[in-house]
Amino acid sequence: MNPFLRSVTDRNTDAMAVPTTAPIDLSAAMVMAPTALADWLVIAPMALMITLGAVLMMVRHRIWLHGWIAIPGLVALVLMEGLLVYRVAVDGPFTMTAGRWLPPFGISFTADLMGSLLALASGLVALAAGIYGLRDIDATGRRYGFYPFLLLLMAGVTGAFLTGDIFNLYVWFEVLLISSFGLLILGSERQQIDGALKYAVLNLLGTTLFLIAVGYVYAIFGTLNMADIARQANDYRGTAPLMTLSALFILAFAMKAAAFPVNFWLPASYHTPRIVVSALFGGLLTKVGVYALMRVMVMLFPVEREQLSFLLAIIAALTMVIGALGALAQSDLRRMAGFAVIAGIGNIIAGVAIGGVPGVSGAILYSLHSIIVMTALYLLIGEAARIGGSWSLQTLGGLYRDAPWIAAAAFVIFFAAAGLPPFSGLWPKIILLKAALDIGAWWLSAAILISALILTLTLGRVFLLAFWRPRIEPSAVPSAAGALQRSAPLAGLVAIIVFFGIFPDLPVRLSQEAAATLADPRAYIQSVFPTGGAE
Amino acid sequence: MNTLILRTVAPPITALMLVFSVFVLLRGHNEPGGGFIGGLIAASALAIYGIAYGVSAVRRAIRFHPMAIAGFGLLVATLSGFVSVFVGVPFMTGLWIYPRIFGVELPLATVISFDIGVYFVVLGSIASIALALEEREFD
Repeated sequence: MNPFLRSVTDRNTDAMAVPTTAPIDLSAAMVMAPTALADWLVIAPMALMITLGAVLMMVRHRIWLHGWIAIPGLVALVLMEGLLVYRVAVDGPFTMTAGRWLPPFGISFTADLMGSLLALASGLVALAAGIYGLRDIDATGRRYGFYPFLLLLMAGVTGAFLTGDIFNLYVWFEVLLISSFGLLILGSERQQIDGALKYAVLNLLGTTLFLIAVGYVYAIFGTLNMADIARQANDYRGTAPLMTLSALFILAFAMKAAAFPVNFWLPASYHTPRIVVSALFGGLLTKVGVYALMRVMVMLFPVEREQLSFLLAIIAALTMVIGALGALAQSDLRRMAGFAVIAGIGNIIAGVAIGGVPGVSGAILYSLHSIIVMTALYLLIGEAARIGGSWSLQTLGGLYRDAPWIAAAAFVIFFAAAGLPPFSGLWPKIILLKAALDIGAWWLSAAILISALILTLTLGRVFLLAFWRPRIEPSAVPSAAGALQRSAPLAGLVAIIVFFGIFPDLPVRLSQEAAATLADPRAYIQSVFPTGGAE
Repeated sequence: MNTLILRTVAPPITALMLVFSVFVLLRGHNEPGGGFIGGLIAASALAIYGIAYGVSAVRRAIRFHPMAIAGFGLLVATLSGFVSVFVGVPFMTGLWIYPRIFGVELPLATVISFDIGVYFVVLGSIASIALALEEREFD
């Protein structure tokens, strides 16, 4: 008899009968070792976000409370994720399995270096967006529930980064998707509904494909625990259609990440919501897609990734070049930023296509950089448009004179986004270029360089027109109210970009370790199944 | 809807459905039922009352905004998971106590409080949708 089933019936009879009868041996079904308080770190970020999100839902109409609950919550989130990264970097991956059931029956949450680094970066940008939102989101937007949605979105994003179960990954995708719908239509304007519809349809298609793929995984492996799949994948190679499965996963995650043939939903929807929402989406959502791609293709199906690497490389090259060209063609700053996000996704997928520790570490480092820089880029555009009174390059001008500090921030962010020294965009590009040249994919390196060149042109043009060109028509000077809430997040993100551009040692080393654990997941599997686990 | 028959039977039906939803919720631990289906039944009860007497009557009757009810449920469910931190077991582990109340032993568990949370989440979110849909007709 299945030990899992037996223990469930035992437990129920236990509940019905007198509880003081002879003790039942639970060790066949449950984790018997006591849980250390430090293990809660892997689950606390999501639990905290959901708890505070629930509280905010209860006080949705008392909008003055929102900031006081949400901002300390986000600070706590960043602190916890910082501790998480520290612990994982020192001790290696660790696991908590919900409900005490032995994995693979219980749902495991496993923090490894890749997941916790991405979680930390996303926590930072969520904090920045939360502070910026104090001024950018008006009373109506708050009543619609900006802060509850923000916290639930963070629960979804962090959960996706930290879960060790592939169906649970799907659930977190849904959590963040539903919260993102709410954020997209904050205020229910006509244009927003239009953008949200495109976003919703494409993303629902993507998640449905993902769900179908998860169904295949369960049919083939009989398990959904990622560590369990990783250790069993070799036994099924040759007998199970793992190639089909991988292709399905790639398509589903490419839709989420807005990779080339399925990227058109992103520029069609990201310019419609409030700028702080765009900033969050541009920083986070596509990265969750590429994270899932890395997790599944590098850790679970490395052999299939190897075979599909040429296809992935073509997708990557086209995504980055088309993203950059699209950015060059736009005159609306928000649409331009949407295409810049896509170009970054191309670079990350290039790292996945190259594979090995160099390629994957480049991809992870690029993801971290892209989360911070893309959020900063959108926030910067928001500030530029607020001061200049327009989103369009045709009418903007004179920002250099009006707001020199914004111009300085723009200089840093544009350089970082284009991958120019001395800011954080340089290092992942160098790692990716070197990795591509090492495996002889000169055309992929060429694509990375061409994409960077076009992005430099694009952003240089923005700087020339919006900042250096004298103002065309005088516009009303915007109010200086809330200058701190608006400038502090931008300044914080710029400080991170500058710091890690000048001192890249720590992130480079961490992302190399993260890539090493991902490519050789023995430590990850060991943390889920310390004694071999239930068979 | 302004028919005499519906207006007459709606209050008893609503009351009956609400009581039944609680029965289904509590029964659900060992038999078919549970928070999800219980919440659906309760939300349907509110929807019937809304059809008979109008949405504002329902909103007055439940006092809190449906989304606040859903938030409360989410809070209860999450906090149920947190109880296990005090016992040194992983998140969401089912924990039982057996207090004697009037000589009857009553098994209580974090599983049940979690299910009660689910009940309120479903009740709140479905009632929110149902009331919004019913309201639109009178715009």
